[in-house]
Amino acid sequence: MHFTVVFSGLSGVCDRLRQARVRTPAAGSFSNVVKLKMAAVLQFPASVSTFNNYNDLYPDWTQTEVSTGTSIMAVEFEGGVVIGADSRTTTGAYIANRVTDKLTPIHERIFCCRSGSAADTQAIADAVTYQLGFHSIELDEAPLVQTAASLFRDMCYRYREELMAGIIVAGWDPRRGGQVYTVPVGGMMTRQPVSVGGSGSSYIYGYVDSNYRAGMSKEECLKFTAEALTLAMERDGSSGGVVRLAVISEQGVERQVILGNQLPKFSTV
Amino acid sequence: MASVSVCQYHSGGFSFENCKRNALLEADINKLGFSSPAARKTGTTICGVVYKDGVVLGADTRATEGMVVADKNCSKIHYISPNIYCCGAGTAADTEMTTQIISSNLELHSLSTGRLPRVTTANRMLKQMLFRYQGYIGAALVLGGVDCNGPHLYSIYPHGSTDKLPYVTMGSGSLAAMAVFEDRYRPNMEEEEAKRLVRDAIAAGIFNDLGSGSNIDLCVITKGNVDYLRPHDMANKKGVREDKVYGRPVTGSYRYKHGTTGVLTKAVTPLNLEVVEESVQTMDTS
Repeated sequence: MHFTVVFSGLSGVCDRLRQARVRTPAAGSFSNVVKLKMAAVLQFPASVSTFNNYNDLYPDWTQTEVSTGTSIMAVEFEGGVVIGADSRTTTGAYIANRVTDKLTPIHERIFCCRSGSAADTQAIADAVTYQLGFHSIELDEAPLVQTAASLFRDMCYRYREELMAGIIVAGWDPRRGGQVYTVPVGGMMTRQPVSVGGSGSSYIYGYVDSNYRAGMSKEECLKFTAEALTLAMERDGSSGGVVRLAVISEQGVERQVILGNQLPKFSTV
Repeated sequence: MASVSVCQYHSGGFSFENCKRNALLEADINKLGFSSPAARKTGTTICGVVYKDGVVLGADTRATEGMVVADKNCSKIHYISPNIYCCGAGTAADTEMTTQIISSNLELHSLSTGRLPRVTTANRMLKQMLFRYQGYIGAALVLGGVDCNGPHLYSIYPHGSTDKLPYVTMGSGSLAAMAVFEDRYRPNMEEEEAKRLVRDAIAAGIFNDLGSGSNIDLCVITKGNVDYLRPHDMANKKGVREDKVYGRPVTGSYRYKHGTTGVLTKAVTPLNLEVVEESVQTMDTS
């Protein structure tokens, strides 16, 4: 029931902290409203513009939406997970933020790696953080990683037409240990021992598939993640900056940053 | 998804009903010979920097309507609360109204909590409102202030994403201003150095970007004090017509004395013109 309450924040009906009742009409009307918007866009693709069309005075990057181009990755190991991401956010060809933190805490031992539209993923993460916090207080115990992933999946699937978000949920809970769930664009949810995402992930599927072994230690996972992300950042224009890593385990969260000049070196001709 | 009738009246939420009509109008309007009204944009260079004791916000003062300067001295640094100010780039009306709405809500919130508002609260209110309107509110903001947790600086994009950084620039002149920041920013600067840095960054935007111009406004926010310096630097003063040249008064009317140009020859030819036709046409003064 409280899921709908929070969705209404997304659907623009009301302040999400105000309501305590089901707002099904609101959710239905949002999709209805958006279908109109989509109809407008589909029928007149050439002439629909957003709020301005001034070419030279206002260059492209002032009008394009901010996207986390991105390379993100998460690996399970015995006792926890290792997550990593690059740090570049772009608007068109301009880097809006070169030190972005795409590893967002959802709960004490649950993080999400964000890729896709910056606005969409930030809004979804804020909404899920609220829902999970509420749920955890109700339960009076640490939430399951699967619960967090389900919340992401519910939101990403319900609003799949309006959102552009590829999210990897990873964390540690007392029941099942370290887990990685991937929720790509479209709203699927599946658990994987290792998962990559974002525009830079295309370049490292081969590297990840060939170098991943089950039963790696924490240090091996860190090295594996750092190297994979470096390779992705090297080849993908929308990924770059620094590599942010985090280890989530029973002991808590350890974060680290690998600066540009400290990245692992690969010989490229 | 459930299929709903198009005519269903929905309460709340942004109504996208008119998008189709607007698209049609935009397509046909040029054929009819009219031009669609141009929203006034603040072309703009805005920026902010966190220094030792607080934040310095800076903005230029030019507002454009298409290719014409609509306002040579507009104010782009908006009040949010006594300790929080916000620079706005994008559509002038959107930045103005958005900041006023959030300022009003924040004041009510502050009265309710009994505390000075926090910058992160203003950030959350702004980002949730802009996300709700899916980028149709063209407001790109630089939000800065000092609260109980220290100085904070956020950049907020029209679609609702935000970044919390030590230095940010927005607007059409943001690349020029960012170049200055990337060169000279240091953590924990002194106030004078920070003001000079922001002034130079805005100046870079003013002189290298067509959408920015006129003067430089600064706003220095520290714990318990705000210096709203408008203008801080009149970088583009309009020239004054000379009224004295070499001590001799000149009216500037470009009349020259007889004899300034020497006459070489003079020939007078009378033209004998005869009246061929004379007609009177009364003017319609009704």
